[in-house]
Amino acid sequence: MKKTIPALLVFLALALMTAGAVLAQSGNPGEPTDDQVNTIAKQLYCPVCENIPLDVCGTQACAQWRDLIREKLGQGWSEAQIKQYFATQYGDRVLATPPARGLNWLVYIVPPMAILAGIYILYRAFQSWKRPSAEEDVKAAEPVPPPADDYVLRLEEELKKR
Amino acid sequence: MVANLGYGALVITFLVSLYGIFAAIYGVRKNAPAWVDSARNAMLLTFPLVSLSALSIIYLLVNGHYEVEFVASVTSNSMPTYLKITALWGGQAGSLVFWTWLMSAFASAVTLRKWDRDREFLPWVIVVSLVTLGFFLIMILFFENPFARIWSVPLGNPVVSLFPPAGGQLLVQSDGRGLNPLLRHPGMIIHPPMLYLGFVSFVIPFAFAIAALVTGRTDDRWIRLTRRWTLVAWLFLSLGLLLGGRWAYDVLGWGGYWGWDPVEIAAFMPWLTGTAFLHSVMIQEKRGMLKHWNMVLVILTYDLVIFGTFLTRSGVLSSVHAFAQSAIGPLFFAFIGLTFLTSVSLLLYRWNSLKSEAQMTSLFSREALFLLNNLLFIGILVVCFWGVIFPLISELVTGQKVTVGPPFYERATAPLFAGLLLLMGVAPLAAWRHSTAKTLGRAIWKPFIASLVVVALVLFAGIRQPAAILGFWLCAFVAFVTLYEFWRGAVARHRKSGESLPLALWRLIGRNRRRYGGYTIHLGVVLMAIGIIGIELFQTQTQGTISQGEQLKIGDYAIRYDELATFDTPDGRNVARAVVSVFKNGEHLGELHPRRDYYYESQQQMTIPGVRSTWENDFYVLLVDWEPVTASGATFKVFNNPLVNWLWLGGIVFILGTLIAAWPDRDSEPMAVQSRQPGYASAKA
Repeated sequence: MKKTIPALLVFLALALMTAGAVLAQSGNPGEPTDDQVNTIAKQLYCPVCENIPLDVCGTQACAQWRDLIREKLGQGWSEAQIKQYFATQYGDRVLATPPARGLNWLVYIVPPMAILAGIYILYRAFQSWKRPSAEEDVKAAEPVPPPADDYVLRLEEELKKR
Repeated sequence: MVANLGYGALVITFLVSLYGIFAAIYGVRKNAPAWVDSARNAMLLTFPLVSLSALSIIYLLVNGHYEVEFVASVTSNSMPTYLKITALWGGQAGSLVFWTWLMSAFASAVTLRKWDRDREFLPWVIVVSLVTLGFFLIMILFFENPFARIWSVPLGNPVVSLFPPAGGQLLVQSDGRGLNPLLRHPGMIIHPPMLYLGFVSFVIPFAFAIAALVTGRTDDRWIRLTRRWTLVAWLFLSLGLLLGGRWAYDVLGWGGYWGWDPVEIAAFMPWLTGTAFLHSVMIQEKRGMLKHWNMVLVILTYDLVIFGTFLTRSGVLSSVHAFAQSAIGPLFFAFIGLTFLTSVSLLLYRWNSLKSEAQMTSLFSREALFLLNNLLFIGILVVCFWGVIFPLISELVTGQKVTVGPPFYERATAPLFAGLLLLMGVAPLAAWRHSTAKTLGRAIWKPFIASLVVVALVLFAGIRQPAAILGFWLCAFVAFVTLYEFWRGAVARHRKSGESLPLALWRLIGRNRRRYGGYTIHLGVVLMAIGIIGIELFQTQTQGTISQGEQLKIGDYAIRYDELATFDTPDGRNVARAVVSVFKNGEHLGELHPRRDYYYESQQQMTIPGVRSTWENDFYVLLVDWEPVTASGATFKVFNNPLVNWLWLGGIVFILGTLIAAWPDRDSEPMAVQSRQPGYASAKA
């Protein structure tokens, strides 16, 4: 298992590089299109402004960074390489989501754990609520009036209790 | 002079608030009604006092008193008067005064209206309101003073303070820096007041909840008394969020309506707990259950409101550094912590008197499904809160700043939102108390079959994305269930009373506005979901530089760049306005005028899209750049946003539903309360 992960990563990187190369070739050779630049810029965040993706940021600095992406694409860099370049240059904050390593794992683990905990609490609560008491057992044995069948009755009852 | 008057009024309000808190507590403890009445008068006095202060700021804003730092930072000579007035909430200091103003108005309204009926609760409602008001006044008086003036001193830079520094001379400026152009849009003028109204009105249910805990009247009286307040708070908050989305769509120039920015999330979080609360109070009203949980929800909502107010304007959560440097960051956190701990302690103190009166009997009952709905809402809240707070934690622990952006929120919340939609379809068909899979199945099969027809149509239309198919199916299912509920109710009434069907439907809604208002809201959510699926899953975009007369293609559409003109406007803008023709499959559909406004004063620019709106899509064109001088070529960004207008239509239906639910009944509340009195008496006995 341990060996497969690096192998997978290498495969993924290769695949991405090939994809990137194909992408770069699809426009004018040497001149990537705005759409190719934006596809990558969209996934990067302006290193100086707060929470603004690079593809929509209006500042001069961001325009230059978009030009940088264009330049790198022109040189045949892949999407992953360009993203990695920006992360190395300006820190992980330029990535739209924190890379899953170290403390950052918490960002991905905490919400599902909290939700699972909620489900567990609810499950336990349902269990305790559903356990009928002896009195309720007797009640349950009695014939219950036909439920939801009579919609009008139920509606009337519900409308009464405002 | 006017600045001193405004500031003085706030100082007196603060003292009056402190007195009011003391008088209310003393009056209740000593059983002295005169003191409680005095506390009420103090509460009522805060409104004219804060009004005086707010009007002073407005006077300074409108009359261009640029020696006042706040005025200089948000207005300028070229701004029209209405914008100068709304600049009150264009900056942090003014926003806090505005918040306080609304708070004093709402709290006064509560104490003014039903004083005799709610005498038991109201002293504590006054205490909670005045504590909240007092906290905001401390913020304004000591940290974010809108009346601080700019003084030039003999040596060094100008000083900003209320009182003149040694040897200081008032620095009279001829013009201000002007309001951030992004905030000049009509959406942004109405959006903050709506959010603030929502925020402030959520304080009222919280105040009543605390009053119930303190006095030990822990039956559902507090819920019944504040039901309408909660709905009104929710209405304003929803309206604020919707307007914010529309503003972003129209002004921010990125073709979207919601960017999962911490500021947006700050307003969304109290809405989430508020929505969970609106659903779960029904369980308490109908079944006398979940009393603890409702208290938790209302406490959370209150503290998220304070958190949201702080987050939207301060920007101090952007980094640990900014947080540590600002005075108000730690104070806000201390206040949130203190109110949270106090409220939870009170809740624990009354824990035993909040025991459920009934037991949950079925997994398929309405109450069980409402609990699931609460779980999902809280799940979304956890995702949002964690996403907002994590960058700060990361920076604190590792020193490394990270961005938690839209992909995180979208991935984490999408299944939860889908779950909520599913529940929206199932829950209205489940009966309270007794409901089994069989009875539920019997009610569900017809809308279910109808929704499958929609899936077939979706497939027939060539849509193959699983997320879209699931999304449209859920929308169809909820829509059919909800319409079926209206239909069944109307037909039942029509058969029973012989009224015509439309009249039966009208009277049915009139008889239980809350129920059918709620269903209307569900229909609104369905329409919004259709719009969201459209833009999130099917949005296409392209960008390109074209010469005059050339075309840029996107799918079936194309735009042709016709011309571009640049000119100055009297209100201090330089406008570059392009004319583009829009074609679909070669057919000329019309002209669009995307433009870029550059504001000389603030040196900021705004990109205003040219939009062609239909029920099918929005064709949204942005002017990105152009050849200087000749304008012979220009760069455009073009978005095709399918179905997005259903989002706005859904928003309108949503608000309409909330209005139906919140519309005052003729004297229904006192009756509702009275009818519960015997229950309360026996519970107490």
